[in-house]
Amino acid sequence: MSKPIVATTSLAGCFGCHMSLLDIDERILDLFDLVEFNKSPIDDIKTFTKECDIGIIEGGCCNSENVHVLQEFRKHCKTLVVIGECAIMGGLPAMRNNVAPISECLEEAYLNCVSVQANEEKIIPNDDELPMILDKVYPCHEVVKIDYFIPGCAPRADLIWNALVALVTGNEMELPYEVLKYD
Amino acid sequence: MSEKQFQTPNRSHDGCGCGCSCDNSNIDAILAKYNNDRGRLMDILIELQDSEGCVGEEAIAKIAEVFNMSRVDVVQTLSFYHFFSQKYRGKYTVYLNDSAVAEMMGRDEIAKAFEEEVGCKFGSVNEDGNIGLFSTSCIGMNDQEPSAIINQRVFTKLTKEKVAKIVKGMKNGDDVEDLIGTDVQSNILLQGPILTKDTELGDAIRKAISMSPEEVIEEVKQSNLRGRGGAGFPTALKWRFCRNADGEKHYVFCNADEGEPGTFKDRVILTERPQLLFAGMTIAGYAIGSDEGILYLRYEYKFMEAQLKEVLQQLRDKNLLGKNITGKEGFDFDIRIQFGGGAYVCGEESALLESAEGKRGEPRDRPPFPVVKGYMQQPTAVNNVETFCSVAKIMHKGAKWYRSLGTLDSTGSKLVSVSGDCQRPGIYEIEWGFTVQDVLNLVGAKDVQAVQVGGPSGKCIAPNEFNRKLAYEDLATGGSIIVINNDRDLLNDIVLNFLDFFIEESCGSCVPCRAMTVQYKRKIEKILAGKGVKKDIDQMLSWEKVMHMNRCGLGQSACNPVISTIQNFRELYNSKLQKEEYVSQFDLAAAIKESCETAGRIPNLGGNHE
Repeated sequence: MSKPIVATTSLAGCFGCHMSLLDIDERILDLFDLVEFNKSPIDDIKTFTKECDIGIIEGGCCNSENVHVLQEFRKHCKTLVVIGECAIMGGLPAMRNNVAPISECLEEAYLNCVSVQANEEKIIPNDDELPMILDKVYPCHEVVKIDYFIPGCAPRADLIWNALVALVTGNEMELPYEVLKYD
Repeated sequence: MSEKQFQTPNRSHDGCGCGCSCDNSNIDAILAKYNNDRGRLMDILIELQDSEGCVGEEAIAKIAEVFNMSRVDVVQTLSFYHFFSQKYRGKYTVYLNDSAVAEMMGRDEIAKAFEEEVGCKFGSVNEDGNIGLFSTSCIGMNDQEPSAIINQRVFTKLTKEKVAKIVKGMKNGDDVEDLIGTDVQSNILLQGPILTKDTELGDAIRKAISMSPEEVIEEVKQSNLRGRGGAGFPTALKWRFCRNADGEKHYVFCNADEGEPGTFKDRVILTERPQLLFAGMTIAGYAIGSDEGILYLRYEYKFMEAQLKEVLQQLRDKNLLGKNITGKEGFDFDIRIQFGGGAYVCGEESALLESAEGKRGEPRDRPPFPVVKGYMQQPTAVNNVETFCSVAKIMHKGAKWYRSLGTLDSTGSKLVSVSGDCQRPGIYEIEWGFTVQDVLNLVGAKDVQAVQVGGPSGKCIAPNEFNRKLAYEDLATGGSIIVINNDRDLLNDIVLNFLDFFIEESCGSCVPCRAMTVQYKRKIEKILAGKGVKKDIDQMLSWEKVMHMNRCGLGQSACNPVISTIQNFRELYNSKLQKEEYVSQFDLAAAIKESCETAGRIPNLGGNHE
């Protein structure tokens, strides 16, 4: 039987969840025995070259590119797993949701903030190449259907490992207290 | 009375820290009136709000100084209640009811009329600072909606014409008394054993004090009387616990907070049979060994204050209150009225006690129960208005008589407040055991889609259950019955309104009550927008367990509007659901609109990102 194919991405996150994934130490060797990676920062494949079995998402959606990537993942992955606070609930980036409308956020960041010094033309970045900013930060499950949620900020390596192994092998997931406590 | 009952206060308004400046010069007088007693903070805030239209920074500072509290301690009580405000609310403050039945009866039209005539939106004060428009939860006038409170006075069955007249009078500076005629109606449409006037003043009290307190409790026990507030706890048992509890002083509390939307029977009892209630409280005082009774009355019923105080004075004059009542040496009992400040949760007895002590109306952790540590940490019996009235009748006519009424487990009668889509809304006193259909026949209800029994915290039942009995053993109710006909959109008109009510009234202490009510609302809105899926229903049902972890009855029942309609109207929900497993509500075009406008770029929905 061919190995399950995994894709991963970081949307509006800090890459901390990917760091946590790497924190599985020498088990990374087992991981590569267990699965094959496709689109992922881990192997630096930029676009989907195969249909995947598992998509792992870190971060929520704060701009149009996040939405696009997430929708691509939904299209190309049989099972979508979101990991970490940002992907599940918006996380730190979503703090702006309750502070001010996006227009005020942009004006503060590019026009009014005391540290803005060299924007004499008063431009808010508007190049067509740039992703468009969403009115608020959305958790992934509000944009596409998500199959599994792994909480934590970041989820500890053991939790990600256990979940992934359970998903790949079809065995029940091990959830000892140590991997579920968040302090 | 030579003076008008409702005078319009001369609310000065130039500089108090709320953006205005009322001088709050009467603060010293008000504090002195209540003997600088911290426990009377509610009364002090009520007087300040009523005289100035706000409780300004200077007043807050003064209260904090006199009570040796921090400023935020004063503010946390002040900000808890709807009818207190740190911002000026106008010389005339209009509070328009926004309950479900008010909306059924055309509340939106009336709100529009007010906004047009006054020239400002709800939630604000007009430019010259004369008139403020605000919404409020059910004010106990469901049988005569739409209705509003203006400076304590209630105006019912509002029409556009009435609104025009009222606003004209307010702009003219008239006293609220003179705006239009008073018209709160009692609408007693069926009298039963409690409302029937067959007890002479003092009969019940004399009978009670001819017995020992223990015998009184035993008689109440024999009657099998259960609390009429909704929970149905045996009254005699509550009194026995309270009597046996050690304390420096025992208290009798009457819970007249009647905040459950659709209930107005306590208002009618307080208007029509206040003597009966006060007799019941006095008997309770005798039974538990208390010399002080407090009637906790919701602020919405402030308009009754003068009349009730007059009745209390009459009772004192007849020696049915005061020292050595009816000549019984050593039996002293008197009653005072404590007003609330507008908070549904204060109908929960421990929240009510907190509020009466001048604090936020947040429910306490229990145990200890109020019968052991209640008002001022002393043993306190808190009973509903109707319970006390039943006690008076039981004393007068005997437990055996009372037991002959109703059913085995639910003895006696129940006052039900019927409103909504029916020909004869009002008060009906029925014996327990009546079916819902019996009630519908009485009130002239046709083409009924659903009946909300027990208000938003109760159950919404469908026609196939109309043969169920009103009784503790079947459909328990605190008294609210709302009839909903087939023209109504049950989810939009009723369920959403009830959820808004719970969101507004949650004290915010428990997370599920504070947060999940909003999530329930979002789900219902999603379903109404045609984006709902089966999973949404499953999730809402599964959250019920979490909701039961809330500390008080409000939080625990805040999901009932959704749960009971899912249970009883599943087809209605199903008809609005999508067949897919998942439907996204996300709209990219809408989500990027604002940022693109701000940055001055043309939205590109083509998706050429890679």
